Amino acid sequence: MTPRRQRMVLIGLVVAGVAVSAALALQAFRENVLFFFSPSEVAAGEAPIERGFRIGGMVVDGSVERETGSLTVSFVVTDFAHSIPVSYTGVLPDLFGEGQGVVARGYLNADGSFTAEEVLAKHDENYMPPEVAEALERARSAEAR
Amino acid sequence: MIPELGQFALILALGLSLIQVALPLAGATVGRADWMAYARPMAAGQFVFIAAAFAILARSFLSDDFSVSFVAAHSNSALPWAYKLAAVWGGHEGSLLLWLLILAAWTLAVAFGSRSLPDVYAARVIGVLGIVTVGMLLFTLLTSNPFDRALPPPADGNDLNPLLQDPALVIHPPILYAGYVGLSVPFAFAIAALLSGSLDKRWARWTRPWTIAAWLFLTIGIALGSWWAYYELGWGGWWFWDPVENASFMPWLAGTALIHSLAVTERRGIFKSWTVLLAIAAFSLSLLGTFLVRSGVLISVHAFASDPERGMFILLLLSTISGGALLLYAIRAKRLEAEGGFRLVSREAFLLLNNILLIVATGVVLLGTLYPLFLDALGLGTVSVGPPYFNSVFLIPMLPLAVLLGAGMHASWLTMQGNALLQKLAPAAVVALLGALALLLLVFRGAESAMTAIGLIVGSWVVVTALWDPLRRGFSGDRSRIPLSRAQWGMTLAHLGVGLFILGVTVTSSYGIESDNAMQPGDMVEIAGYEFEFRGTREVEGVNYDAYEGEFAVRRDGRLMTVLAPQKRIYRVQTSPMTEAAIDPGLSRDLFVALGDPLGGGAWSVRIQYKPMLRFIWLGALVMAFGGLLAASDRRYWLARREVRSAAGVPQTAESA
Repeated sequence: MTPRRQRMVLIGLVVAGVAVSAALALQAFRENVLFFFSPSEVAAGEAPIERGFRIGGMVVDGSVERETGSLTVSFVVTDFAHSIPVSYTGVLPDLFGEGQGVVARGYLNADGSFTAEEVLAKHDENYMPPEVAEALERARSAEAR
Repeated sequence: MIPELGQFALILALGLSLIQVALPLAGATVGRADWMAYARPMAAGQFVFIAAAFAILARSFLSDDFSVSFVAAHSNSALPWAYKLAAVWGGHEGSLLLWLLILAAWTLAVAFGSRSLPDVYAARVIGVLGIVTVGMLLFTLLTSNPFDRALPPPADGNDLNPLLQDPALVIHPPILYAGYVGLSVPFAFAIAALLSGSLDKRWARWTRPWTIAAWLFLTIGIALGSWWAYYELGWGGWWFWDPVENASFMPWLAGTALIHSLAVTERRGIFKSWTVLLAIAAFSLSLLGTFLVRSGVLISVHAFASDPERGMFILLLLSTISGGALLLYAIRAKRLEAEGGFRLVSREAFLLLNNILLIVATGVVLLGTLYPLFLDALGLGTVSVGPPYFNSVFLIPMLPLAVLLGAGMHASWLTMQGNALLQKLAPAAVVALLGALALLLLVFRGAESAMTAIGLIVGSWVVVTALWDPLRRGFSGDRSRIPLSRAQWGMTLAHLGVGLFILGVTVTSSYGIESDNAMQPGDMVEIAGYEFEFRGTREVEGVNYDAYEGEFAVRRDGRLMTVLAPQKRIYRVQTSPMTEAAIDPGLSRDLFVALGDPLGGGAWSVRIQYKPMLRFIWLGALVMAFGGLLAASDRRYWLARREVRSAAGVPQTAESA
């Protein structure tokens, strides 16, 4: 092959490789994007049942319950318009607490409760996850109307 | 009074760096040597004043001057002195000042390490670096002055975030920034080449050691961050694909591509405009990282509280610097002509593939990092792109990259027969396969999935091919051959590091065990042949925190191996809880115990992990960085400098080199 033909072959291979990996990447992307819903949106039935998503809001004061000696904990997340009961089994992050903002990743059960696979709380007691702040703001303005 | 001097020093530095931009760049354009001569003194001057401002801020921290609001927000009189010093970069304003100090230091190093460069060239490089300095100084002075006063001063400070009170934090940001900011040097060289309209092999030879130096700092910085996250906040994970981690990883990927593309440009005088584009891209990604971290658009430990005005300013700076560079590239790049072509089977072709795959990898990370921001900005919903996306997609370019890496190292420049290359590689492939099988069958006794086997094979392939030539030389005992140069040793070690890293990642993620347990005092949990006995907790007092300390006896085959004491700390000033894991590190495995929450009745939730070969991940990164150090200190870069200098003084001797 002439150098020119060789280069054309190389470029052809490269273009094909990039196209294949782009297709695979976009596929993985569609499967792995997680949407965020506020408790009000979940209550309005906007959240999917069949796939996971994230919810966020405030942990209601006095709602954290744990069976003594068990890893399973339950609490209620609210945006002050609607609330959702959440259960989680595992070690909670340091800054999880009542009256604090929280984001949980998991799925919705048929009875309207949420099973969390991961619970996130920020590393700063003044901090409010932006999604949570926004969700609270939306609920507040919806009430005002 | 003294903090005001700090601000004043920054203003003076701004004045000097404005001169550092204007006169040398104008002088280089119109050919006035007396204007260009301002470059070095101004570079030295702006360093002195930025260093003075930094020293003054450090003094305010060490002397507990809480009338400075940045000090009041990030320090406390009870903080140990080393953390007071580290608190200088524990918040937004101070970390910007650190950014500036490091940029000034790089500028100084270039100004005085580039005496052999042609004057016009050096003036342009220093002038371009000055543009970045001016931008960051304006940013600091206009939006984030670290010397602002809080009047009346509070009685005591708000304390440093407990997560940041850690030895790794003292060194992680400076080293990471040295890498981030160091990428401004190849950027400046690239712009200088575009301005002058010519780029030859000598250019690549000047640019390469600086690029490798920045890259090796970036490598160590990222590894330190990963290590810190592992023991301090990650509950045992070492990489989270957190947007801020990605922000440092993207310049690393582009910088790695740049190093390889520079190799081709230095050796063959081709890929010129591509190399320039990569240099622009690598530094733009650094600036993008700064924007992501500083603008508050991201949710992360690193995202210091900040206001939108700052985000706008950095975005403006990013678009000015990168946009200007790209515009210049569009106008001038066609002048950079290749000095020949290349063949399908050659070192150049492999390096081209390396570049394409690394850029695909960068694109994959960029897509996952920015997509949620775009969607949010357009009001289309709030989404997040989690580790599953990155873990699966990142492998698509990386696996072929690792396979090609082994082959490319053994390909010759210019051209070679495909058969000759295959013959050379076949024995290495056999050794790698046997090594992977031995690990799989004898050490770990089976694989979880096909990916485990693939990872082990690819990892040992990279290790074996990296060491093949040096080992063969050693065993054949042939002393007559030319010894490997430092650059060759550098390449060998850097690639060996990649192999160790791949092995570490594969083994940790395939054979690692994580378990959350509810444990009463006296309870025992067995993981991977280790027995963890919980003996209960007691209260302990630290310098500035109180803690519950658990006691775990670790036994293997009935023999006591170690006693681990994880803590749950409450820092007194911010009253925030923090988990301090206890780790028994080892090259073959890490044992990790962390206390979760009290479950009542003396019981605790406890996370226990067994992480085999975890240390190989950071060891690999360190070996890579050490390879970079060897490569950057190769004699030819320093010989080349002397050669050019003598060539400039006594032209007729230039041929002898």
